[in-house]
Amino acid sequence: MSHRLETHGRLIDRASTVKFTFNGKWLRGHLGDTLASALLANDRMLVGRSFKYHRPRGIVASGGEEPNALVNLGKGDRHEPNQRVTTTELFHDLRATSQNHWPSLEFDVGAINASLSRFLPAGFYYKTFMFPRAFWKHVFEPVIRQSAGLGSAPHPETRDPDRYEHFYAHVDMVVAGGGIAGLISALAAGRAGKRVLLVEQNAHWGGRAPVDGDVIDGKPAGEWVKDAVEQLEKMENVTLRLRTQLSGVYDHGYALAYERISDHLGEEGAPRHRLWRIRAGQIISATGAIERPLSFPGNDKPGVMLASAVRDYIVNYGVTPGDRIVVVTNNDDGYRTALAAHEAGVGVACVVDPRPEVTGALPEQVRALGVPIHAGSAISKVKGLKRVVSVRVQPYAEDDGSYEEISCDAVAMSGGWSPVVHLWSHCGGKLNWDEAQACFSPDPDRPPTNQNGEGFVTCVGAAAGGLRGDVAAASVAARLSALGIDAPAIPVDTPDEAPLAPVWVMPVYAGAKKRSKMWLDFQNDVKVSDVMLAAQEGYESVEHTKRYTTLGMATDQGKLSNINGLAVLAEALDKGIPQVGTTTFRPPYTPISMGAIAGEARGEIFQPLRRTPIHAWHEEQGAYMEPVGHWRRPYCFPQGSESHEDAVKREINATRNSLGLLDASTLGKIIVKGPDAPKFMDMLYTNMMSSLKPGKCRYGLMCNENGFLMDDGVVVRLDEDTFLCHTTSGGADHVHAHMEDWLQCEWWDWQVYTANVTEQWAQIAVVGPNARKLLEKLGGMDVSKDALAFMEMAEGKLGGFDARVFRISFSGELSYEIAVPASQGRAFWDALHEAGAEWNATPYGTEALHVMRAEKGFIMIGDETDGTVIPQDLGLNWAISKKKEDFLGKRGQERTYLASEDRWQLVGLESLDGSVLPDGSYCVARGFNANGQTNVQGRVTSTYYSPTLERGIAMGLVHKGPERMGETVEFNTVDGGRVQAKIVSPVFFDPEGEKQNV
Amino acid sequence: MRKYSAFAVAREALRHHKGWERAWTSPEPKASYDVVIVGAGGHGLATAYYLGKNFGITNVAVIEKGWLGGGNTGRNTTIIRSNYLQDPSAAIYEKSRSLYETLSQDLNYNIMFSPRGVIMLAQTHHEVRGYIRTAHANALQGVDTRFIDKHEVKKLVPIMNIEGPRYPVLGGLWQPRGGTARHDAVAWGYARACSDMGMHIIQQTEVTGVRREGGAVSGVETTRGFIGCKKLGIVVAGHSGVVAEMAGFRLPLESVPLQALVSEPIKPCMDVVVMANTVHGYLSQSDKGEMVIGGGTDSHNNYTQRGSFHHIEETVRALIETFPMLSRLKMLRQWGGIVDVTGDRSPILSKTPVDGVFINCGWGTGGFKAIPGSGWGFAELMAKGHSPLTAEFGMDRFKEGRFIDESVAAGVAH
Repeated sequence: MSHRLETHGRLIDRASTVKFTFNGKWLRGHLGDTLASALLANDRMLVGRSFKYHRPRGIVASGGEEPNALVNLGKGDRHEPNQRVTTTELFHDLRATSQNHWPSLEFDVGAINASLSRFLPAGFYYKTFMFPRAFWKHVFEPVIRQSAGLGSAPHPETRDPDRYEHFYAHVDMVVAGGGIAGLISALAAGRAGKRVLLVEQNAHWGGRAPVDGDVIDGKPAGEWVKDAVEQLEKMENVTLRLRTQLSGVYDHGYALAYERISDHLGEEGAPRHRLWRIRAGQIISATGAIERPLSFPGNDKPGVMLASAVRDYIVNYGVTPGDRIVVVTNNDDGYRTALAAHEAGVGVACVVDPRPEVTGALPEQVRALGVPIHAGSAISKVKGLKRVVSVRVQPYAEDDGSYEEISCDAVAMSGGWSPVVHLWSHCGGKLNWDEAQACFSPDPDRPPTNQNGEGFVTCVGAAAGGLRGDVAAASVAARLSALGIDAPAIPVDTPDEAPLAPVWVMPVYAGAKKRSKMWLDFQNDVKVSDVMLAAQEGYESVEHTKRYTTLGMATDQGKLSNINGLAVLAEALDKGIPQVGTTTFRPPYTPISMGAIAGEARGEIFQPLRRTPIHAWHEEQGAYMEPVGHWRRPYCFPQGSESHEDAVKREINATRNSLGLLDASTLGKIIVKGPDAPKFMDMLYTNMMSSLKPGKCRYGLMCNENGFLMDDGVVVRLDEDTFLCHTTSGGADHVHAHMEDWLQCEWWDWQVYTANVTEQWAQIAVVGPNARKLLEKLGGMDVSKDALAFMEMAEGKLGGFDARVFRISFSGELSYEIAVPASQGRAFWDALHEAGAEWNATPYGTEALHVMRAEKGFIMIGDETDGTVIPQDLGLNWAISKKKEDFLGKRGQERTYLASEDRWQLVGLESLDGSVLPDGSYCVARGFNANGQTNVQGRVTSTYYSPTLERGIAMGLVHKGPERMGETVEFNTVDGGRVQAKIVSPVFFDPEGEKQNV
Repeated sequence: MRKYSAFAVAREALRHHKGWERAWTSPEPKASYDVVIVGAGGHGLATAYYLGKNFGITNVAVIEKGWLGGGNTGRNTTIIRSNYLQDPSAAIYEKSRSLYETLSQDLNYNIMFSPRGVIMLAQTHHEVRGYIRTAHANALQGVDTRFIDKHEVKKLVPIMNIEGPRYPVLGGLWQPRGGTARHDAVAWGYARACSDMGMHIIQQTEVTGVRREGGAVSGVETTRGFIGCKKLGIVVAGHSGVVAEMAGFRLPLESVPLQALVSEPIKPCMDVVVMANTVHGYLSQSDKGEMVIGGGTDSHNNYTQRGSFHHIEETVRALIETFPMLSRLKMLRQWGGIVDVTGDRSPILSKTPVDGVFINCGWGTGGFKAIPGSGWGFAELMAKGHSPLTAEFGMDRFKEGRFIDESVAAGVAH
């Protein structure tokens, strides 16, 4: 059984007690435990079920590479699936439940898949489930989905109560990994005066060295690490972070680090995760190496673990996974586990080693302890269902019929080590195959390159391929000096190791049946036989094999399985491993929370809400608001129980008959200024703007390069070299960016400056027959017809306010738009209301605005236009200058299809029965096109009930519409119906403009 | 070709699957073919397949620089829908969607088409109007869609927050027969069927030049020597501009990375596909349980097949706003593909200035869903010189200003 030892456990506080639950049962651990070590201490070897076959699964590893031991953690809104027990630090009242089983971990109905596994090889689903066709959606897929997935989904209504934040760092060097190599790097760079950020994903510094017993600079590793960290903490230019993983490397020296601030506390208050967004001159990857499993039959059973993990649990946590351990290894390092176990008083049954001769220093030490070493041997079977009970040892290379049954309750396996090259590879660093160590290691001559074509990632230590302590330490000095940083060579005492044997599958002669019991990817249930099948069926590219078998696609992203899988594939294809190549390494190194990615931007601060100076008043009045870009605008102001429809009617009638007020502050206002402003304005607008006199207004159209209408608005010339461009509310930012695009990219030598001053001004439209009377009552400015004619602007004091008054109209009424500084907006609005009370001054919203403009046949960007409409389609030829040599869109509009007469053009539409035409409806033509679609000849662009005319009115684009006045055409409804309408003039109301020109 | 079936799997199981044949062969290239397709992605393989199936043209080679299906076919978020606004788009995407319905049976390869339904969320009044317009257009195009209100949306997607403070859900355009499929399987299924017709799929072979004689194509130079052909189809997505240049013409395209990401797998929690254009993110759950998330394109042109992180951030932020429970999940993997984008965001399926050379490109961010329809139409264009499905997608439309602009109603992406 697995249990806590009396001795060892350098990371735990034996005096403490931490209570937690696993599957509802209360268990105890110590501070410093991981959930993995605490579970093992409580003899919980079985912790989950595999993805496909629902096989029993135990803990395999001791770090982020763990494929099996994933649990649901937390409760309520803090529930979180797929948490690795190996990286979860134990805290009081931790609640964990195992995953992917029904009804229970011990008895899982899904395990029937395991007994059927022969019928469910890689890719079986591509060959089956095709008949009957409807069964895929209704039967097969739901069953597969239910069986797949791992942890349980958070409740649908979950609102994550935790906080996440982003943090920005600009450093000369970020060092990923706080093992020996990382610490040496940080010390050297720190002493060289560099700004350094050193991050370590675990809760402790030092990496593997303290467990493996290396002697560094004459000191035990643990002591050296303590000294090094103390020195680093004293350096002001060095920042240290534990529980922080460098997760991804992006182009141009950009890197992400993922800090888990309070996960290990189990408390609220602090932010949970912090995402560091780092710009680094150089990224040092001191990320170490990961041990590989071996592929032998039954290697997935609970109790079979990585050799390094077994000694981690013994040395770091004082926990042993068993009382009698078998070590199986193809290299000398695995013998360290036998030594550690023996030293802790844990029985070591034997060491199984496929190498015919075992001679290294470490094996000799093991031999000296009296532990039997079976050289030239392999494990050919693992017995036990939910727990290892024995292994069968047979010759590795040739089956001579002999075997030995060795009872044990844990197996420690080592297939050699693979450098962690992920960060090197994220941005395209290339790898070499290291034949001697049987691993891919970074090729220092082919690094990922930055904007200057220089390498910006450097691997050091084991990550650079230095899998022995002394070689690793030496590599740091060499690599740093290449970067111009002086790093002293630190001596590390490491025993000599004999070469490993590149053994991937054991025993060699294992047949198909045995190979279907050798696991490569423990979580996804990919076996040696599956990879061989993929190769046999022609899925020869490593990417095909991965995708066909799902090898390496589990939550560990193949950290344990990829190299072994590649080796099996290479053997099956009779190729070398480097010829087969690797799959692509993608960020993040281990999964990072979505919450951390999103950071603070959630709920109310997901995006800023823009408010006009009068916004609060609208809310006080109970206005019904609608989103317009990032603004909220009143759609209408319902009174009491009034419906929205009735409110709109009332607002229109009040405005048309007496006086309406509109908060038009959201209207875009962009200043274009400079000696070349007139020239720029002529390019920007289709109209001639350079001829506009100061103090005058002109309605202008703006097209994109392709000639399509993108925005419209009134342009005011404030003085000789200053224009004020009004844009649509939603278009202001876009138009401003468009201006800057042209100025910065094409006309960078023109002396023109632009400024978006939208929020500097409150703008209020005073509209209706009594508009002038209201302004005269406020007093201070002559707003008479003669002093301020239509399309003129005046600046001065109005009722004591600093005001710009524009005599423009979007409703067809006598109308003034008055801009006052934003700070005075609300006071001015109140003043207008108070003074306007005698004319029943009525605030109106966007819908009334829309209806009134439609009654007048004015177009609205986004309604009559959709990015495919040119001004000519809208009868706006008058606003296109014929005199100008060029303007944006001119050449576009000259193209044959746009210059053609044969286009859909703007008309008014009146349903024959007076009803409101359906919005979005198409004008149906006769017959069908070559693809069998009903032919169409136009569409509705705006459709409203007009309170003024007391009937439905609409605008639309109809094929050659203006030539077809009076014709009756048909529009469709979504349910297949048709509505008849007559083509009429788009100006429904006051066609002569008598109301606005008074 | 031995047929795939549950019976075949059972039979093979009894002999440890020793009898399975190669899904496709890897032959040495011949000196020449009637038709060479450059690019063994979904579109290229589908083109080859329908050349054989519909027109009996089987002396065909499909040449692939890397491994088949390794470009955008294997990098997308697998969404299939046809709720497009413009007639030419709706025609080819609906043709495609309807071919997907029976593709598993047609190819004898389970591509797992799952017509689980697609919702395009409306989160502004402008979007509501846009989708109502699309529903009207679809009604005349024979595409089954309807606009549903927010309560129906919530019923279909219980994990959605419809009352978000910034972008409350106002409704959505619902296409019940839209859905997803297993993207790799689409390429593999077509490849196996092409191989079965005797076509040659030549992987790990890069086209380095296009040989022309008298204004017409005579073959392609490759890393494995010259391969002659009478007709050449260029179907290489992100690298279309590069191959077109070899043939001596230019394309109105930009190549940009498009990114996607997946969460760790969880038990089923979302049965339909949701696209949210205002906040810009797409979400579905794979059969394996991962939440599959699609985002936007980078604004700078490049060929790196990775992207900048800030797009991932924007997408995740937006989706958490709409699906708050995602906050407690973890991002497992992010990746990028290179998409070729035209000025009107619609594809080019066209003859070219070089006789015998045809181009199929510009699918931008929406190519996967179009694979069968694109192959069907492009095969017809190559075989007959004309296809109603591709007629409007000629490259001359940019000279004429005859755009097929889908950004009109669907926001920027599709």
